[in-house]
Amino acid sequence: MKRITIDPITRLEGHGRIEIFLDDAGSVENVYFQVPELRGFEQFCVGRQAEEMPVITNRICGVCPEAHHMASAKALDVLFGVEPPPAAKKVRELLYSAFYVTDHTTHFYALGGPDFIVGPDAPPSERNLLGVIHKVGVDIGKQVIACRRRNHEVIKLLGGRPIHPVAGLPGGWSRPVAESERRLIEKTARENVEFALFTLKAFDDIVLKNSSYLDLIVSDVYLHKTYSMGTVDAQNRVNFYDGKIRVVDQGGNEFAKYDARDYADHIAERVEPWSYLKFPYLKNIGWKGLVDGADSGVYTATPLSRLNVSDGMATPLAQEAFDRFYRTMGSEKIAGTGRYFPVHHRLATHWARLIELLYAAERMLELATDPEITSTDLRNIPSGPVVAPMGGVGSVEAPRGTLTHHYFADERGVLTKVNLVVGTTNNHAAISMSIKHAAQKLIGPGRPLKESDLNMVEMAFRVYDPCMSCATHTLPGRMPLVVRVRDRAGNTLQAVGRS
Amino acid sequence: MMTKPSVAIYWASSCGGCEISAANLHEHLLDFDANFQLVFCPCLVDAKVADVRAMADESIDVTLFNGAIRTDENVEMAHLLRRKSKVLVAYGACASSGSIPALSNLHSRDAHFKAIYADNPSIDNPDGVVPAVRTQMPEGELKLPRFHDRVKTLAQTVDVDYFVPGCPPESHQLWAILDLLIRGAELPPKGSILGGGRKSVCDECLRERKDKKIDRIRRPYEFVPDPKDCLLEQGMLCMGIATRDGCGALCPQANMPCNGCYGPPEGVLDQGAKMVGTLGSIIDIEPLKGLSEAAIREHVDRVLDGMPDYAGTFYKFTLAASLLEGARPRSGSEVPE
Repeated sequence: MKRITIDPITRLEGHGRIEIFLDDAGSVENVYFQVPELRGFEQFCVGRQAEEMPVITNRICGVCPEAHHMASAKALDVLFGVEPPPAAKKVRELLYSAFYVTDHTTHFYALGGPDFIVGPDAPPSERNLLGVIHKVGVDIGKQVIACRRRNHEVIKLLGGRPIHPVAGLPGGWSRPVAESERRLIEKTARENVEFALFTLKAFDDIVLKNSSYLDLIVSDVYLHKTYSMGTVDAQNRVNFYDGKIRVVDQGGNEFAKYDARDYADHIAERVEPWSYLKFPYLKNIGWKGLVDGADSGVYTATPLSRLNVSDGMATPLAQEAFDRFYRTMGSEKIAGTGRYFPVHHRLATHWARLIELLYAAERMLELATDPEITSTDLRNIPSGPVVAPMGGVGSVEAPRGTLTHHYFADERGVLTKVNLVVGTTNNHAAISMSIKHAAQKLIGPGRPLKESDLNMVEMAFRVYDPCMSCATHTLPGRMPLVVRVRDRAGNTLQAVGRS
Repeated sequence: MMTKPSVAIYWASSCGGCEISAANLHEHLLDFDANFQLVFCPCLVDAKVADVRAMADESIDVTLFNGAIRTDENVEMAHLLRRKSKVLVAYGACASSGSIPALSNLHSRDAHFKAIYADNPSIDNPDGVVPAVRTQMPEGELKLPRFHDRVKTLAQTVDVDYFVPGCPPESHQLWAILDLLIRGAELPPKGSILGGGRKSVCDECLRERKDKKIDRIRRPYEFVPDPKDCLLEQGMLCMGIATRDGCGALCPQANMPCNGCYGPPEGVLDQGAKMVGTLGSIIDIEPLKGLSEAAIREHVDRVLDGMPDYAGTFYKFTLAASLLEGARPRSGSEVPE
């Protein structure tokens, strides 16, 4: 049996590794996606003061600290038994919307998008943000930079800091919004809406009008039929900050809809000895291994799955883009709902992400023009730490999946137990399957490996925007790859890498 | 044409926030591109570790190394980049002093594995499986890097030239350092801290100090602080006085206490010890006069009641580099395979 090691970081950077085993004929027999990294927040948060968690859990991920900050603040609201005033919830969601704009922008232009904008088989040295700028022009590059800047300024203004915000407290938010600041945020939101529309147009021009890209999107290399998960509001529309968690099956039927506090009735996590990262799955279906289909508890929690579970978008322009997305992908509405039959082509996730970008921008504008947003009534003071037997659960949609924080504390408000199910971890099984599927399509008897094959394997990762910071601390994106084909004794037969 | 100086940015056990602090150079990214060659940065460009290995020793002009040292891989990368770099910078709180991941040093490796893989509300692990360094699968052996029992700083692992404080460092501070390099200015003596001030956060804080004493420590969720007065003098445990300036006192401006992420001020060895000393001088001892020893103890307990977690409060960002940590036994600290 031959063995191929895809070590994104040549074993030494070590935040993600793929082991591919070939049978004697040279076909892929099995694939393991290993996560060789662990920091241990679930244990070392024990003993900490509960109210410190929004600041501590920021450091799970420097790419999406805002998601951890919000999930943590919401868990504390429950743990301390104190509902934030309406304005505090709005300020939290306002910051969160600005964060979504900058985060999805970064992914499209710097991480996932280069595969399309400069091309999947372009020279590796061009497949990055600078390559994108060379291709589309420095003016657009500056627009991307300006978008990131203005939204990080909003995050700093509302949350206290541009990275790792501090304003979340049990029962509210520490920092009010002045009218002059609100006007600035409104201006930023308007620019964001324009920028999102511009980006969707760019996706149209670059990807959808290119038949070879369209073929790639709908090809079976990146197709998986799993359950879809996402958070929906009272009208079953996409919501990032709050709502119920909804799961639909492969055919788009609602399988479950629950409050975040009941997550443990619906999600269980599997441990494998060969990876530090756990494998969540739908408890009421069960773990059948790394396979798709209705009998397997594997699910995804991504921009695509959020659209799949929803009956629509809560803002008008995003709703138009939502309808257009499904119609273009050949999907019809499910009778009696606003929902479409799910799209399972994983590369379509890139498009879904841009529809979310537009929604985030529109939602930000709604909140920035909400008369209540400048209210100084942002705090409800808890009477003290409440030791609820079930602890406190807080959940948001992180850009890379449903994020759940669950804390237990003693009567002094000191944490006694912490459980975290983070965005990318939800997709661990699905990412593993996508890699295996792509490897099976790309590697086989009599086919020497090419560098572009490696990028095609990477693209299987990239659709999930694998922000492994949360799960493995690796930033998403341009992980360098070396593939080695070894014989049984471990001698390298062939090595393919990027120059 | 002169070759542009080369820069590498690498993360070890970290969150990625340091990379985002670099991405948040915003418009200066174009200046960075014009003045430097980014030879290795897994986040942004497609260079491999194999490429780094192939480089001549000391061929990278500056490496910004972020993240703490937790696994065999982190150790190996620290040694490799030290060898290949003229200047090695511990960039950010994790590399400098362990930061929040080093709170892990308060717990054993076994306790971590139990909490993560055995004992939590969503786990499904009846056989008690835990990740192993070597696992025999039907198709062959799979390996994981060793998870050390303790988090170390970069300087506890290899020789470090400079330190940049902050979790993460503020982007304008990073730009100030890069600007220094662009202008070819002489670098400060080895071991210096770059990208921070020489005083404390209090020196750049806009809040007013009135030398008020406090009767007890009050937790941030207990009250809405006055927006103008010093947070510590309102009873909130603000670490500003024991923390290096350079961030612009951002957290107190958002009505939240300084957490100490820039580490101790110039000349202070141990951030926690400095804060304990400060508390000693700010807590009102007037009511203690004439009380019995037992009554004094009771009073002090009441004062400190608002801070049940000393280690996590005083050493949130510096535990791995603290005097406390130095007192721990060094031998047998890493788990054998």
